[in-house]
Amino acid sequence: MAAVSTAVPLPVTTGFEPRPRRGGRVVGTARVVIFVLFAAYYLMPVVAAFEFTVRGTTGYNLSSWAYILSQPDLTATLGLSLKIAVGTIAISLLMMVPTVVWVHLRAPRLRRVIEAVSVLPLVIPAVVLVVGVLSAFQGLPNVIKGTPVILSLEYVILAMPYTYRVLDSGVGAIDLKTLVEAARGLGASWLEVLLRVIVPNLRSSILFSAFLTLALVLGEFTMASLMLFNTFPVWIVQVGQSQAQGAVAVSIFSLVFAWFLLFAFSLLGARRRGSRRRRSA
Amino acid sequence: MTTVPSTQPGQASARDRVGAVAAGAVARERSGSSVELRGLRRSYGSVVALDSLDLALVPGELVALLGPSGCGKTTALRLLAGLEQPDAGHVLVDGVDITGRPANRRDMGMVFQAYSLFPNMTAEDNVAFGLRMRKHRASERRARARQLLELIGLDHHAQRYPHQLSGGQQQRVALARALAIEPTVLLLDEPLSALDAKVREQLRDEIRRLQMEVGITTLFVTHDQEEALSMADRVGVMSSGRLEQIDSPDVVYSRPSTAFVAEFVGAMNRLPARATEPGQALVLDTPVSLDPDSHLPMGAACEVLVRPEAVAVEVDPSGVWTVVSRSFRGGLTRVVIAGAPVTGSGEDLTIVADLTSAVATGMTPGVRVRARVTSQRLMLAAPRAAAA
Repeated sequence: MAAVSTAVPLPVTTGFEPRPRRGGRVVGTARVVIFVLFAAYYLMPVVAAFEFTVRGTTGYNLSSWAYILSQPDLTATLGLSLKIAVGTIAISLLMMVPTVVWVHLRAPRLRRVIEAVSVLPLVIPAVVLVVGVLSAFQGLPNVIKGTPVILSLEYVILAMPYTYRVLDSGVGAIDLKTLVEAARGLGASWLEVLLRVIVPNLRSSILFSAFLTLALVLGEFTMASLMLFNTFPVWIVQVGQSQAQGAVAVSIFSLVFAWFLLFAFSLLGARRRGSRRRRSA
Repeated sequence: MTTVPSTQPGQASARDRVGAVAAGAVARERSGSSVELRGLRRSYGSVVALDSLDLALVPGELVALLGPSGCGKTTALRLLAGLEQPDAGHVLVDGVDITGRPANRRDMGMVFQAYSLFPNMTAEDNVAFGLRMRKHRASERRARARQLLELIGLDHHAQRYPHQLSGGQQQRVALARALAIEPTVLLLDEPLSALDAKVREQLRDEIRRLQMEVGITTLFVTHDQEEALSMADRVGVMSSGRLEQIDSPDVVYSRPSTAFVAEFVGAMNRLPARATEPGQALVLDTPVSLDPDSHLPMGAACEVLVRPEAVAVEVDPSGVWTVVSRSFRGGLTRVVIAGAPVTGSGEDLTIVADLTSAVATGMTPGVRVRARVTSQRLMLAAPRAAAA
């Protein structure tokens, strides 16, 4: 997963920039072609999968969709997965934002080490992670061990490669040291520096990191299955064992649901920026 | 730590002065604090950035620390701001030792070299930030921020975000933000270095005007000697973590205490000389006195430091020097001449001379000239290796 920085300020345009001429038209056409190719590459499997879900013996129908929507476990499993996702996002951000900021400010030499450590969850098999987490958290109370909280803790580790990279590039895009020193000099405590200066300037990175974690939780099957939690992905697999078209329909549903959440996150960021501008206008 | 200034009849207090500027906007209770850095030492590994620095600022004065990169001037400022802790020594403000006090409790305003406005806040919110941290009421914060923005002429940009402001405007807002908290000391860490020449000159005058009007004690760090000499009450020249000299700008320029200061501040020629008798030498065939610390045996070769304005050049077809280049600078013209009449080594010696433009007329490249030194007293140059 590539690290994405969305905290880079957009260039200020005056509205009087010269228009691109002949070369610009070629570039514009090339952009459209590339966009269409990529859109086709990504959408064709989804369209094909959708076609499969509505294919019947005598024609097209929505019976598989009606089937999954009638399943009582849909909302229960989806609800559980969303709760786990919210918990995972909260723990991840509470841990990672101060850590990334601290590393950038006080231990920049450790960045490479932490970066290397952060990718370990990608190469360690899920079974090993599950066993490792269970062993490590053996002494914890049952309210953690016996509930989805333990799954959230596992997903925090699993999401670390993505959250670390997104936050790291976000922090790298701002002049952290100067902003922190300016805020400290003006009387801000460390908590105030974090909440009033750093977090607002990392909003895009934080939102993107939260979305990646959410997408991961909504799609993770192995750990949840091994730990006997009936999450949304586990339920999809169960449905697939009895109703193949239903399983594909649920997968498309989860994909569309994830897209919807992505747009909601983007909208949230844009609305906050917009309302701030309106307030100050 | 608060001191009430004694105001003589007819003499405006700091409060009155600020009030005159911003219609009573920035009410101050003091006219500046005294600052003392006592034996400050700071090293990074084996590199000593600051070596027992002693520096005192009297209330209301602007002191500029000037020096090459890595001389320790920024380190001194950061130690005063509390952004770093010294290995040894003390920081005193109004006689109170604040060495161990964290930066957020030092009550100092700082303007940084890099643009440091908070990108998520408007200019007004930036200026009000320090007051918000001090739990001032929202209406009070807003009023104070507006008044300070008015003071710097940016009240109509109050609702703009930093990326909507030019570099100069951002630094002015940063200055207003630093002043909003009514700091005991204003710290300026090369605030003009990122700006273009014209804006830099404007802002330089503006900073000095505000500093004098508010009467705040200010420490200004810069590597630009023009800035330091034109703005500061006193200029401290630093080298290798040490304060070489601190004095008024004219004294630092005209009576440098060390060869480093002499060569660092302003343009300087290193000219070969020969001692003729104790305390005397011959430079460009001109007899001059050397500074009293010079102890050279008779006939010893040495190098002396001569300002460009202390070199007189006249057109002379039989002269041993040749004009290499000239650059017109308004009232003055800088003329560079070359020749090898003194050393006899075969290597060309180059001399820079600042002449009145009227005198320099006719001194085009290739013209033969003669040169002499007009200074009565000169300083010996430091050995080449040390100077480098």
